[in-house]
Amino acid sequence: MPKLKVSLLTGRTLSQGQGKEYGKLSEEYWKSVTVCEIDPEDMKRLKIKEGNNVKLTTSFGSTVLRAVKSMRAPHPGIVFIPYGPWANLLVNAGTHGTGMPSFKGLSAEIEPALGEKVLSLQGLMKKHYKRE
Amino acid sequence: MKNNVITSVKNACAVGESKFLNYASHRCLKPLIRKNGELVEASLDEAIQKSAEILAGASYPILYGWSCTSCEAIRVGLELAEEIGGVIDNTSTICHGPSVLSIQDVGIASCTLGQLRHRADLIIYWGSNPWSAHPRHIDRYTAFSKGRFQPSAWRGYLSRLSATLTKKRLLRAASLVLRRKVSVPPEVDQSPSYALARKERRMIVVDVRRTRSAELADYFLRVEPNKDYELLQALRMLIRDEELDVDEVAGVPVAVLEEIADIMIGCELGVIFFGVGLTMSQGKLRNVDAALSLVRDLNQRTKFLIMPMRGHFNVTGADMVFTWQTGFPYAVDFSHGYPRYNPGETSLIDILCRGEADAGLVVASDPVAHFPREAVQNLVNNPLIVIDPHVSATSLMADVVIPSAFVGIETEGTAYRMDHVPLPLKKVVEPPDGCLPDTVILQRILRQVRKLRRREGEGN
Amino acid sequence: MDLYVKDGKIVEKVNERKAKVIDASGMIVMPGGVDIHSHIAGSAVNFGRLLRPEDHFKDVEAKTPLTRSGVGYSVPSTFTTGYRYARMGYTTVMNPAMAPLEARHTHEELDDTPMLDKATYPLLGDWWFVLEYLRDGMIEECARHVAWMINATKGYAIKLVNPGGLEAWGSGRNVRNIDDPVPHFNITPREIIRCLCKVNQILHMPHTIHVHTNNLGKPGNYLTALETMKCVENLSKGDRPIIHITHCQFSAFKGSDWRTMESGAEEIAKYVNGHSHVTLDMGQVVFTDTTTMTADGPFQYILHQLSGNKWVNHDVETETSSGIVPFRYRRKSYVHATQWSIGLELALLIEDPWKIFLTTDHPNAAPFTTYPKIISWLMSRNARKKAMEKISRRARRKSLLPSIEREYSFYEIAIATRAGTAKCLGLRQKGHLGVGADADIAIYNLNPKEVDPSKKYMAVRRAFGKSAYTIKDGEIVAKDGEIVKSVNGRTFWVDVKLSSASEEVASDMKRRFREYWTVEYENYPVPEGYLTRSAPLSVKAEV
Repeated sequence: MPKLKVSLLTGRTLSQGQGKEYGKLSEEYWKSVTVCEIDPEDMKRLKIKEGNNVKLTTSFGSTVLRAVKSMRAPHPGIVFIPYGPWANLLVNAGTHGTGMPSFKGLSAEIEPALGEKVLSLQGLMKKHYKRE
Repeated sequence: MKNNVITSVKNACAVGESKFLNYASHRCLKPLIRKNGELVEASLDEAIQKSAEILAGASYPILYGWSCTSCEAIRVGLELAEEIGGVIDNTSTICHGPSVLSIQDVGIASCTLGQLRHRADLIIYWGSNPWSAHPRHIDRYTAFSKGRFQPSAWRGYLSRLSATLTKKRLLRAASLVLRRKVSVPPEVDQSPSYALARKERRMIVVDVRRTRSAELADYFLRVEPNKDYELLQALRMLIRDEELDVDEVAGVPVAVLEEIADIMIGCELGVIFFGVGLTMSQGKLRNVDAALSLVRDLNQRTKFLIMPMRGHFNVTGADMVFTWQTGFPYAVDFSHGYPRYNPGETSLIDILCRGEADAGLVVASDPVAHFPREAVQNLVNNPLIVIDPHVSATSLMADVVIPSAFVGIETEGTAYRMDHVPLPLKKVVEPPDGCLPDTVILQRILRQVRKLRRREGEGN
Repeated sequence: MDLYVKDGKIVEKVNERKAKVIDASGMIVMPGGVDIHSHIAGSAVNFGRLLRPEDHFKDVEAKTPLTRSGVGYSVPSTFTTGYRYARMGYTTVMNPAMAPLEARHTHEELDDTPMLDKATYPLLGDWWFVLEYLRDGMIEECARHVAWMINATKGYAIKLVNPGGLEAWGSGRNVRNIDDPVPHFNITPREIIRCLCKVNQILHMPHTIHVHTNNLGKPGNYLTALETMKCVENLSKGDRPIIHITHCQFSAFKGSDWRTMESGAEEIAKYVNGHSHVTLDMGQVVFTDTTTMTADGPFQYILHQLSGNKWVNHDVETETSSGIVPFRYRRKSYVHATQWSIGLELALLIEDPWKIFLTTDHPNAAPFTTYPKIISWLMSRNARKKAMEKISRRARRKSLLPSIEREYSFYEIAIATRAGTAKCLGLRQKGHLGVGADADIAIYNLNPKEVDPSKKYMAVRRAFGKSAYTIKDGEIVAKDGEIVKSVNGRTFWVDVKLSSASEEVASDMKRRFREYWTVEYENYPVPEGYLTRSAPLSVKAEV
């Protein structure tokens, strides 16, 4: 299975900003933050199409997201995920003494995950944050 | 507005419009307390009492959020934090906290937004994407706005846009006629001076990928990820007339950098807006340090200013209130009876990752959605109280949920714009029954906490 | 001699059987201190706090059952500011600079400053409306719009800082003297000062115009100070002052550069002694690490270049600017020691104590907690001599202080720190202990019959540092340096009533608002309800 080493960015998008005002449990919000924006050339290398699921892995965690063609190409080797609980499974909580975790510029691996599903918000919270 | 419901919004940006039109969906309407693992409805008094018990009984409680509520509520929050000897932090801690740290080292040459509207002829967005995060920024305050001494650059952008569209149309037509794909070789002369030669307002975007904002810019400078520091320092050297011994920095040829430096020195008034592209990538506060120092150095040659692009509604207000009441802008620890500040130690992510907190109060914020997983795990493992108008990922995991009124829609208050200008927020509609303003809820919790502590004191 | 207090005021007599009695025998009783110029609130002050966590680490105040926690040192947090002033027997403080666009911020902070009555001065010397009406020769329209602004910002007095220079600084420039025209507007600082002085008279403001001169901090600037005072001479009516030059020490430098810089206090004192239309305050330097913060953007930038310290700049659209630079005054520095000497020379050479007041332009020349030290220098030649032993030798040789024998009496100190300032500000119920005054009283543990302030200056310092009693509006709020009751004071502002056309001014402002500012007209004025205890002074304008 084709795998790519990429640099992961997380950040704000207009739809994520609008989506959160609908409420975190809304369909709009889920749609806006469970995506991974990829350069079309990289998508070719991964042999995937728009809307396919992909798995992102960093040394802090991994999750499945929906791939979308980036409108901001070309930026080979860089993928972008909007802020939210899915992105936060992948980022580095360590602050290097500054108080600020690392939300951008993380080393990640991306591979197709055609058979796997993207977690719903409740599913994500149950899997990762179920309280002892 | 019709029947206490907002039906349309004028003059707001896309995010603002969404906020005003959709605030009523996914509302938290009743106080909830977790009993036997499930959140069940409770009376407000019960919820307040349970919250007070949790907070008064904790040894190292954390109070987080504050950026989406009014300054008046934040003042009560600080009093509460001081009363229970907890740590109070706001969303700066995961956003522009590093910028604050750098400002504390270097200082900052800044202004209010109107100053730029009137005078700025060179606008640089660095690691910031206003099109997505601050949608009206460009047309209200910068390139497309009209000022006393600087006209709008909107027409210039329209002609460029029109030229690009015409070119695309011609290429398509040519492809149809010649029955093969026609493409034009990329513009060879990509140099900045060509794009930025005009006398009117010009905009440069610096980022790792070509964002929507970059499309609007006169020139887009692509920087390799995690290499902003090098680029900024290189520009600093060029501003000081020093020479660079390399051919390129951060993926940008030095020849291009030299031209950018000349344009910066030659402008009337320039401004750099920087975003979390700098604070969140490798180097964090050091990146901001370099940007602040660059602008400071530029002031020897011309007038140059810099401003962090703060999001999060009233985060600037939170920093302001924290600072005037405690001396420190965020990550304030009251556990010794007086304010202590040491980001990296007293900042919330670090406290959570070290597992030191034993209770939490979250006001108008959703850390479960926005904190890294490790921090969230520690947050939800302790008693958690949430005060929020919306149902959020955090309120789903809380032990006590208290519904509140929306600041700026259902209740008034003061908030601060990103350039520190204070603005009054009006009440436009009535809140649902039982949804009180944050100020009132917090004052009631504070009163209960004081009662409990007095009783405890008397007991001893 | 007995004093009677009832319902927050000083009265003729009370029912002594029912009254609480304070035995102040053997102590000095003064009206509560009135500080005419101290930066304690607003966006520039708050930036200063934010900029300098290191200023706070060394000076903390823990929470007590009666008081909130906080930090010092040179830019204390708001609660701490109130408590520290109250401990020294001060009950009224004037915040001397407020950017009108950010007035709300200043009032929010003043509301969180307990124990004190307060007021604030909006910065108007570079406001585009003022500059335009001046350029067009429309002084009455100018006055009407200034009145609107004072009401909108709940301000107390018209403040000018480097008039014309701040507008120039918006584009990175400055003005070189009072006849240097302001770019784009083509009017001079001289015209701005005269115009606003006239406006002040037209509006019948309780205080005079409050002026931070051009060329502040520049060697040779004593000439600018003299020019500034002279330029309004012919506007004076009778004996009343019409201009206040603030922190005059910073504007009293002779010489042409830092090497040849020396004191111009003598010349300034001579002028002030011969004229009755001017009042000054000292801006006294104390040798310590402090924070400079003024609206004088260009000056603050120069200070950054001189010292190499971190620098904050904040230009406010249409109105003004500001800058902050941490600064340490060193005894061994010739320039700093000369500055120290200048402040005292001014106070000692100006004969009439009603003309010059004690300030440090807190925190620019020193934090306000150093006032007791300065009082001891004014009252004791020995104290001055002791301080001079450690300063730069060259400064010591050139200083006029060794030749000055004058020592302030307790009465003169009372004038310099309360009676004189209250009168200058037009606060009729402050600064005196007559019947009808607000019962703001400070009792200091010092017996003037037994203690010679000239010799026992350390006792003087201790006594003024910690009042035996501070009484605010008839309630004991501090005792022996401890806060015993936390109270909230009033915010004074001037309610200027125009005799005509006030709606026209408002609609004119509304129409033109968007051209000037980036906020909406409705959001700009500070409503009266915003102030927890609003105390307007009504005046009737001549327009």
